[in-house]
Amino acid sequence: MRLVIVGASLSGLRAAQAARRAGHEGELIVIGAEPHLPYTRPPLSKELLQGKQEIEDSALPVDELDVQWRLGTEATGLDRTRRRVRLQDGGEEHYDRLIIATGCRARRFDGPGAHLDGVHTLRTLEDAVALRAALASTRRLLVVGAGFIGCEVAASARSLGVEVTMVDIASHPLVPFGPALGKRWAQMHRDHGVELRLGPGLEALYGDTGSERVAGARLSDGTSVEADTVLIALGATLNTEWLTGSGLELDPGVACDPTLTSTRDPEILAAGDIASVPAALAGGARVRVEHWTTAAEHGQLAGRNALVAHDERTAHTAPPYFWTDQYDAKIQALGCPALAEHSELLELSPDGGRFVAACVQGRLVVGVVAVNAARRLAWYRRALQTPRPLTELKEALAQEDATLGSPVGAMP
Amino acid sequence: MIKVHIDLNLCQSHGECVAIAPDLFQLDENDFISWQEEVDDSRRADLEAAVNTCPMTAIRIEG
Repeated sequence: MRLVIVGASLSGLRAAQAARRAGHEGELIVIGAEPHLPYTRPPLSKELLQGKQEIEDSALPVDELDVQWRLGTEATGLDRTRRRVRLQDGGEEHYDRLIIATGCRARRFDGPGAHLDGVHTLRTLEDAVALRAALASTRRLLVVGAGFIGCEVAASARSLGVEVTMVDIASHPLVPFGPALGKRWAQMHRDHGVELRLGPGLEALYGDTGSERVAGARLSDGTSVEADTVLIALGATLNTEWLTGSGLELDPGVACDPTLTSTRDPEILAAGDIASVPAALAGGARVRVEHWTTAAEHGQLAGRNALVAHDERTAHTAPPYFWTDQYDAKIQALGCPALAEHSELLELSPDGGRFVAACVQGRLVVGVVAVNAARRLAWYRRALQTPRPLTELKEALAQEDATLGSPVGAMP
Repeated sequence: MIKVHIDLNLCQSHGECVAIAPDLFQLDENDFISWQEEVDDSRRADLEAAVNTCPMTAIRIEG
């Protein structure tokens, strides 16, 4: 059996490792658009940018994995009839089973001034190296987009002494952690000296007359922001163009059943950012999760499932887990906090620096957000294997004697 | 027996390993990790899942 994995990042690597561990003895080919062996991206916006880690530290251990790597070449097409992946370098790879893990790329700004020098995105190792070099001589950084990448880069830049303005059209930063905690994240960035502009969007970037170097940005509210470096952090675009015309169902991710098998072809599975998979927390609707842990879990499951017949494959059931490190806060989340209508504080440390909040939709807890409370989060992870009503979760919590402390008063 | 190593310079207390095998890995009240350093072969699948799901790739197993 010839197993081909398209995508040589975390998910693709975990799939290859899992397939070998599960006893796959046939050919194993991993195709990657980037020239590198697999590396981990979370440090790129944090430790690497802050100079606490070097490039080689982000390499993922590949060990003695018996894989034929096809690196530095993109997949450009999929012919399911002939079971072939077409490659940018003109080659083809025949597969018996295929795992699609091509992930995302950084979404770019396509308005005026997008071409100017000093305008960055952050997704790849090269992006991080270029941004790190730029920050060394940056006076004011403009971050466009206050999601994970934007907020982490803002925090890293502040730790380097760079002045930061961050803009987002949303009413609060870090939308994936849900609406109720948004004010807290906004205050955290302002407390660390970030000029946060919520509401206006980016209209145009401009340079000084006669210069190809960015000097600032015009926002949709008519104001301007001066900046000598700009990070565009507007989220991600799916790498699915090569699947156009393949007949696979794109929604716009690769539509899968709970076993990560594509809905139209049992020989093809998907994993990571581009896999669109039914989720219990979303009432069975298909959800795409663009987070590290899901990519790792999907990869491991897809690698095992690809070796067996469709009816012997197991389902992915773990709720999403994701985190961010900004300043001195480790913010961790379970489930889908962004679906919540409101939040309720469940635990609070006496000094107020650590807490756990439930994110609630109707009666159900759809997510949990914890700040500097990793040990407690592990408890919630076991308690929330399946969606539960808030009342039930609180009853279980009342039996716990090792909580951070009872919340008194309003949300932190 | 399988030997389990955690690089404490890398560990950031995500708790993935604790969720996978709470009897082998624990976080204390300060969120510091502790773990069973020698584990029976019957737990290999759990240990491999912990190794592969650790966001910091801080866990290594031997044997």
